[in-house]
Order: sequence, then structure tokens, then C-alpha cells
Amino acid sequence: MHFDAFDRYHFRQSPIHNLDPRVKVLVTIAFILSNAILPNGSWSAFALAWLVLLLINDQSKLGLAFTVKRSFVALPFALVAISAIFSPLGEPLFEWNLGIITLIPTDYGVIRFLSILLRSWLSVQMAILLVATTQFPDLIHAFEHLRVPRILTSIVAFLYRYLFVLTDEVFRLLRARDARSAGLPGVKRGGSILWRAKITGSMAGQLFLRSYERSDRIYKAMISRGYRGHLRTLNPHEMNRPDWFILTISSFILILIQLVGWIR
Amino acid sequence: MLFLPAHLHIPDGFLSIGVSLIFWIAAIIMIALAISRTNQSLGEKQIPLMGVMAAFIFAAQMFNFPVAGGTSGHFLGGALAAIVLGPWAGILVMTAVIGVQALLFQDGGLLVMGANIFNMGILTAVIGFGLYRVVIHRNKGTRLAMAGIGAWISTMAAALITSLQLWLSSTSRLEVVIPAMMGVHALIGVGEALITVAAIAFINQTRPDLLGSEDTFTSGGRGWIAAGVFFSLLAVLVSPLASGNPDGLERVAKDLGFLEVGLAAPYQILPDYKIPYLGDTALSTILAGIVGALFVLGLLILLGRSIRRSNGT
Repeated sequence: MHFDAFDRYHFRQSPIHNLDPRVKVLVTIAFILSNAILPNGSWSAFALAWLVLLLINDQSKLGLAFTVKRSFVALPFALVAISAIFSPLGEPLFEWNLGIITLIPTDYGVIRFLSILLRSWLSVQMAILLVATTQFPDLIHAFEHLRVPRILTSIVAFLYRYLFVLTDEVFRLLRARDARSAGLPGVKRGGSILWRAKITGSMAGQLFLRSYERSDRIYKAMISRGYRGHLRTLNPHEMNRPDWFILTISSFILILIQLVGWIR
Repeated sequence: MLFLPAHLHIPDGFLSIGVSLIFWIAAIIMIALAISRTNQSLGEKQIPLMGVMAAFIFAAQMFNFPVAGGTSGHFLGGALAAIVLGPWAGILVMTAVIGVQALLFQDGGLLVMGANIFNMGILTAVIGFGLYRVVIHRNKGTRLAMAGIGAWISTMAAALITSLQLWLSSTSRLEVVIPAMMGVHALIGVGEALITVAAIAFINQTRPDLLGSEDTFTSGGRGWIAAGVFFSLLAVLVSPLASGNPDGLERVAKDLGFLEVGLAAPYQILPDYKIPYLGDTALSTILAGIVGALFVLGLLILLGRSIRRSNGT
């Protein structure tokens, strides 16, 4: 597996890609915050927020529909959360007449339900844009600049660095399990659920030991190369004029969205 | 890829701003404590160790084992991380995992990340480790059993607090969300417990020195026992109260005066979730909950199948 197997970065030459990662992180968080405090049913404000998303999509040369397409990849997660709260909101799509329970949708419930969906949908798209236009190491560096404790950013950097290595390890373990538990089609194979859980648990234990021993080797290798407790980077990350410009413009746009949302 | 929807990762938009902020503050306090404690106990070696362990938890979440009807048990890892690495390091590792899941995979939101960290990283560590710490000097069987119980309760407690957060944000009604979440996670928690026990048994057999190491347990003193037992009891006591008698919990919340919006939600589904013919009994509420849980479970199975199919495996 390649080291960037999990990366969601899309290489382009665009003004958005060239922005300082700090600006992108701040704008993303402010955008999600702005969605969260918009009142229910402020459709014009939500529409405006979506227009902003489209604009950034366009500017980042990823194509207008880029985040929309990907946001549906994230939709199952939202659906799971919605299904956990399925009935109180009374959305007509979920109307469910089984004879024992009848759902009665109310206008407030529908508005609130749609607002929650929209907020979630808009926020996910902005997060997708962030990781699609920023390389993950730059992102970690940005969080470091934004005063996230260095221990956390370093742990995340290691997590990112070794995730694909351990994933390879997982695939090897899974392949080994499959190879050992071959069976004839139609014939039940494997033991009870308890037995299967035990096998899976042993695999998790095995992976733990391999990871633990690997971290020991990594540590020794790093010590011998002069590791002093935190990671360094060669990327300078300076705030230039376009960065300040975009940061200011974005703040004004977000304030505008809030005004549209709250003033009727 | 192999990432199945993890049902406890709350996306952005589902929690109100107040609830998000409260849990961010709680999470930040615990993370700050964890950072200062791990600094004292582990030194500079901690970062590679915790980083690779975070990757381990992330990768271990890909293991699954077939249960029945297309569902599979899999694994959150909070209790295991806390038991094996010690509670403070466990909290940091889970924070990193949840952060990357939200940033890289949009699995869980950014604004609600504090709540997600609290539910899946901190609460699971406190309960999983706290209960394990009670029996740390007992024989192997007791310890393994307690690890399993801790893993199960921590999953249930995470489901419970997630439901409460959704309720406080007036995203869902208490009498639906609690039975549904708790019902599903009673099953998921069993898978979590089985894998946790088997993993610890395996480590105990091959590298027993890693489990009993003094590092881990000097950093987790008796306070953890108290906290773990307290939160488990709270979870065990609140969930029947909340699912059997939601009005009681709502009254408590009202008396405490922090819940106007959550209660004002003017939606209703047939007279207060009573199943006709059974009348106004706790039984009818519980039945409604079970129906809800089965519905959610069915939806999850369908979802899991369609995702697997679209993965082309």
C-alpha cells in the first residue's frame, strides 16, 4: 500500500491550494460554526452558504460538483444518526403506518429536521474541501500554529505516517485468516460466534504486539537520528497578502450569512 | 474501503452550539490533564509509542467478525487502549484517532468533536480502566472478565451520553433515542467486550510484561477506581430510569433549569409514544423502544450490505 493511500488530497494548481493552511482551517471552522448558529428554517442563509461552497469548489479547480458528489459518500454516517432519531421529527418520507404506530409530522418538526440535515451537509462539504486542498502534513502543521498542543499534533503525525503500514499488517492478518478458514460453498464454516470473536481478538492482540514492537524500533531509529521530542518541518508557512485578504473576505461573507439568517 | 459507519460519531449539525461547547470544555480539561500526566510518566518516548498505538487502534477498527444476517461485530477500542496503555495515554491516543477520523474521513464533525472525544475517548477510558483497576491484583480470569464488563459498560455509557446530547440539543426525543441507541449498542458492546477480552488474553499470554507494567498503573491511582465505578453506576442507574421513565429525567432536567429549548420542541408522534391497546404503562414505552431499536438495527443491516456491495467485495 502506498503511503498516501488514505489521503484525500487532490493535486491542482489553484489559489485555494496555495492558501496558507491556517487560513483554510480557520475559515472551515468558522463556516461550520456559522451553520450551527443559524436559526432553523433560514433557507436563504443556507442557500447563500451553499453558493459560497460552490464558489470555492470552482476556485479550487476541483469542479463545481466535487464536494456534492463526495458529500453523499459521507451521507450514510448522517443517515445512521438520523435513523437513531428517526421518528420525533416526523419527516413525511419516513411516514410509517404499521397499524401499531402512526407518525404525525408537524411543520416545526419537518423544518427542524431539514435544517439539521442542511447544516450537516454544508459542514461536511467544507471539511471535504479542506482536506482535498491541503496536504495532511500541512494541516497538522497548521493546527500546531493554532496552538493545538504539540503532543497531540505529533501523535496525529505518527498516526498518519504509520496508518498505512499497520493497515498492510491488518490485510496480511485478514488474508491469513481467510486462507486458513477456506471451506466448500454451501457448507457452514467456522465455529460459533464466540470462537470467531476469540480469533478476531487474538488478531487484534497480535496487531497490538507488532505495533508495540515497531514503535520501539521507530523510537530507537529516531533517537539515533537526533530526535528530541518533537517533529520538525521544512515548510515555512507564512501568512502573505492573499491569505489575509481571503481571511477578511471570508469573515465578511460569514457575517453576511448570519445577517441574512437572522433578519427576516 | 473497510470503514463501516461507526454509529457513535456525531456529525456536525446534530448538536446545538451550547452542548458542543460544554463537551469541548470538558474534553479540553481532560486532555490537558492527560498531557501533563503522560509527560511526567513516559518522557520523550511517549510520542512514537502513542502515535503508533493510535494507528493501531485505527487499524484494529478494520477487524470485524461475522455475527449474523450480514452484520458484523467490530471494535471501538477505547477500553482496550486505556487498559493496555494506562488511562491518560489511552485518552490521548483516542483523541488523536477521533481527530483524524473527523478530519480525514469526515467521520464525526469538527465542531462536535469535543463531544465525540468525551463520549468515545474519555468516558470509555474512565470506565474501562477504572473497573479493570479494581481487580488488578486478582487472578487472570477475574481480570479478563472485568475487562469485558468494562468494555461493554463503556460502550453502553457512550451510547447513553450520545443520546442525552442529542436530546439536550433537541435533535431527538428522549423516549425514542435512548431505547434505540442502547438497544443497538447492547449488541455492539458484546462484540466490543469479546474482542477486548480476547486481545488482552492474547497479550497476557505472549507479553505479560506489557500488561502489568508499573508505568501504566502508577499513572492511574485509586481515583480511577472511584471515577470508573461512579460513572458505571451512573450509566447503569440512569439508563433504566431514562428508558422506563423519561418524564422523571425530564423533570429533573427542568428543575435544574437548563433545558427550556429541549423540552419546547413541539413535535409529537401519536400521543406520547404509547402503543395502543396497552395504555399508559412503562411496558408500552419499552415496547415502543424495542420496535424502534429493531427498526434502527434493520436499517443498519441494510446500510452495511449496500455499502459492502458498493465496495464490490
